[in-house]
Amino acid sequence: MLNYTFHWNQAFKALPQMLDGAVVTLQIALLSMVLGVALALTLTAFRLSGSRILRGFAATWVEIARNTPALFQIYMAHFGLGNFGIHLSPFTALLIGIAFNNAGYLAENFRGALKAIPDTQARAGRSLGMTPIQAFRLIVLPQMLRVAFLPATNQMVWAILMTSLGVTVGMNTDLAGITQELNARSFRTFEFFALAAVIYYIIAKLVTLAARLLAARMFKY
Amino acid sequence: MIEIKDVRKSFSTLEVLKGINLTVSKGEVVTIIGGSGSGKSTLLTCINGLEPINAGQITIDGTVVHAKDTDLNKLRRKVGIVFQQWNAFPHLTVLENVMLAPRKVLGLAKEKAEEIAVKQLTHVGLAEKLNVYPNRMSGGQQQRMAIARALAMSPEYMLFDEVTSALDPMLVGEVLDTLKMLAEEGMTMICVTHEMAFARDVSDRVAFFHHGVMAEIGTPDQLFGAPQHPDTQAFLASAR
Repeated sequence: MLNYTFHWNQAFKALPQMLDGAVVTLQIALLSMVLGVALALTLTAFRLSGSRILRGFAATWVEIARNTPALFQIYMAHFGLGNFGIHLSPFTALLIGIAFNNAGYLAENFRGALKAIPDTQARAGRSLGMTPIQAFRLIVLPQMLRVAFLPATNQMVWAILMTSLGVTVGMNTDLAGITQELNARSFRTFEFFALAAVIYYIIAKLVTLAARLLAARMFKY
Repeated sequence: MIEIKDVRKSFSTLEVLKGINLTVSKGEVVTIIGGSGSGKSTLLTCINGLEPINAGQITIDGTVVHAKDTDLNKLRRKVGIVFQQWNAFPHLTVLENVMLAPRKVLGLAKEKAEEIAVKQLTHVGLAEKLNVYPNRMSGGQQQRMAIARALAMSPEYMLFDEVTSALDPMLVGEVLDTLKMLAEEGMTMICVTHEMAFARDVSDRVAFFHHGVMAEIGTPDQLFGAPQHPDTQAFLASAR
């Protein structure tokens, strides 16, 4: 039954190549978070706006992003848009798909964080002569970021793991893509994917640790 | 001078202020007493324009508070307010809490704002707490910080909205002493309070509010010694 012989050497020899892929993975995840945060802030502003259209747009985005598979979202960015003549490279499609997903989750996170700050905080700022924008920027926003920060790091980890879905749209330069190509050539599936999993794990842990250190520096109260 | 003329204010169908008239001169200390829901706190938030009014007029040194072209942000620089819940900014140290508005609203340089903040915090007895975060302090200390924060804007008028109501009984004294000190320094103040002894002690005039109406106003001796209105008499009898 167990007549499989492990060949770890092949996997370890490919380690430098896989680590190059890990760098690409981290790049996509970071970019998708930057885009995701920008989009989520916009969506949050839309949700608070007076316009029914903007509110509806934001609500629809959040609903789709959070209640459909991330794989479909990435597929849509690549093949779905392709049907309309918009041909995005695997890298761009993957980035857009993950950013779309991030934005949905982060918008919900930001909304919750905003609700956690009592109205009286902005009111206290206004009573000191601040404009509504000053009261938001100087008093509400910094407190909101603290509440939103750790859930946002979870999303960052999730974004790193989601990049592996890129193989389905032909992404072949990130960790999952390179692992898949090595596997296709050698059929050493277990060894390559186990090694890749360890690399994903280490990246995720390092990101979480970095976020915690950053949070301790940024939020002293 | 603050002039309140026939001010009416409703929250949806509930009329909480039913035509209030009151004039407060420079240097005067007026306290407002009355039961819960009598409209006394609402009046304070109307005075600095945090709440709109439905009828009547409030003017501060000739500026109509609720006029469309009134710059409320500018007006609020000279009318400080301190709330029942002190609303410390938790992400800033005590010093930063007090420096924030002088820097960002008045546009003062950092050194100047710090000088003012240190002076005001020393004044309210918090010189030892400059670099502490508010959540490390007692309610009384946070409330005194909130008073220093309002004073740092060099206001000409101060409004105090039940500033001791949310405090532990042991901490009430230190905050009342701070208010008393301000009154003695000649600050123009309107205090909404449940502290009768304090009202009697510091006020030039005491007003009694009942169901949205100012039922009676007079010197502390008049109002506490010989209340005229039956509702005032009933309230004072139950308050003692």
